[in-house]
Amino acid sequence: MAKDGGVSCLRSSEMLNVGIGGMEPPPLDLDEVHVLAVDDSLVDRIVIERLLRITSCKVTAVDSGWRALEFLGLDNDKASDEFDKLKVDMIITDYCMPGMTGYELLKKIKESSSFRQVPVVIMSSENVLTRIDRCLEEGAEDFLLKPVKLADVKRLRSCLTGDVKLSNGNKRKLPEDSVSVDTSLPPPPPPLSLTLSTDSSDSSPPLSPVEVFSSPLSSPEDDDDVLTSSPEGSPMSEESPIRRQKMASPGLD
Amino acid sequence: MDTLVSQLQRQFRDYTISLYHQGFLDDQFTELKKLQDECSPDFVAEVVSLFFEDCEKLIGNMARALDQTGNVDFSLVGSSVHQLKGSSSSVGAKRVKGLCVTFKECCDSQNFEGCVRCLQQVDIEYKSLKAKLQDLFSLEQQIVQAGGRIPQVDI
Repeated sequence: MAKDGGVSCLRSSEMLNVGIGGMEPPPLDLDEVHVLAVDDSLVDRIVIERLLRITSCKVTAVDSGWRALEFLGLDNDKASDEFDKLKVDMIITDYCMPGMTGYELLKKIKESSSFRQVPVVIMSSENVLTRIDRCLEEGAEDFLLKPVKLADVKRLRSCLTGDVKLSNGNKRKLPEDSVSVDTSLPPPPPPLSLTLSTDSSDSSPPLSPVEVFSSPLSSPEDDDDVLTSSPEGSPMSEESPIRRQKMASPGLD
Repeated sequence: MDTLVSQLQRQFRDYTISLYHQGFLDDQFTELKKLQDECSPDFVAEVVSLFFEDCEKLIGNMARALDQTGNVDFSLVGSSVHQLKGSSSSVGAKRVKGLCVTFKECCDSQNFEGCVRCLQQVDIEYKSLKAKLQDLFSLEQQIVQAGGRIPQVDI
């Protein structure tokens, strides 16, 4: 059974890429989508990990923004060559986390030259417009309302591969507005601001990702930092045409 | 002829439906079941087990914080409640989640008595759910041991 303290998964069925104890993780398939998942909640980490694996993603799950930056090699100013080969196709992060919020992590990723093209998805249990706007304006690819469902992850997955088979594969539409796509048409061009790592001209083999295990969590800070100064009618950035997820779902607190 | 397997399957179906109808579980639990397959046959049981461990830990934190008579850090309690609300939401523990909403309001308004009441209720509620899910998983095991398949229950 998984222990507390940031360990994402210790069950044999899931642990295909343990990087401790001398076990070498299997080499990463260039075609495989690799997602870095960041969430301080162990339960949520297990769930998102499973959601991603079931949609054929390779997953590295960490329990904090700092661990994510460490994994990406962004935790110090010194640029490291080995991280140039690290293949991360998407980063999905919780918003409310102690120490560094998902928003702060998003900013750091977008400031980095190596990873700014990687789509970052924010997850939050709270449907706060100003929060969503802030993240989208900072370059978040999408904003998912927790609890995350299989359909949400399938949609993200289809966006990553440009697959049109899902009827709501177009991120611009709300689920209620989605129309079924005629699969006889040629696939549309990849969505804006997405750069698939597999298209990279770097032919060096990428590093195999490892599960990052961390020390026990520090005590959480005040979690809610809703901006009251942003105007509610702030327009979405033209560079990030992202649809808002579940804006009017009933039953949410 | 009503075999043991069909009896157990009917019990399982009825019990599952009752858990949803009585508000113990919501559709997020159904979502978790979608993630279970032959490769991960115990996924739901494992996740809820982690959830109950989380409950124990967080409720312990809340109790300790509320125990600091005259010097209760309500934001600390609130932070633990927020975490519990999140994980209960992720597993479909509907009643626990609902209690967390009320509990959070008590923390925000620094209502000590309210917090203590909510803490007691949350403690009772997660233990109640734990027992019910143990019964449910036990039914599953009995069905499998009797050679049957666990029925898909549409809520």
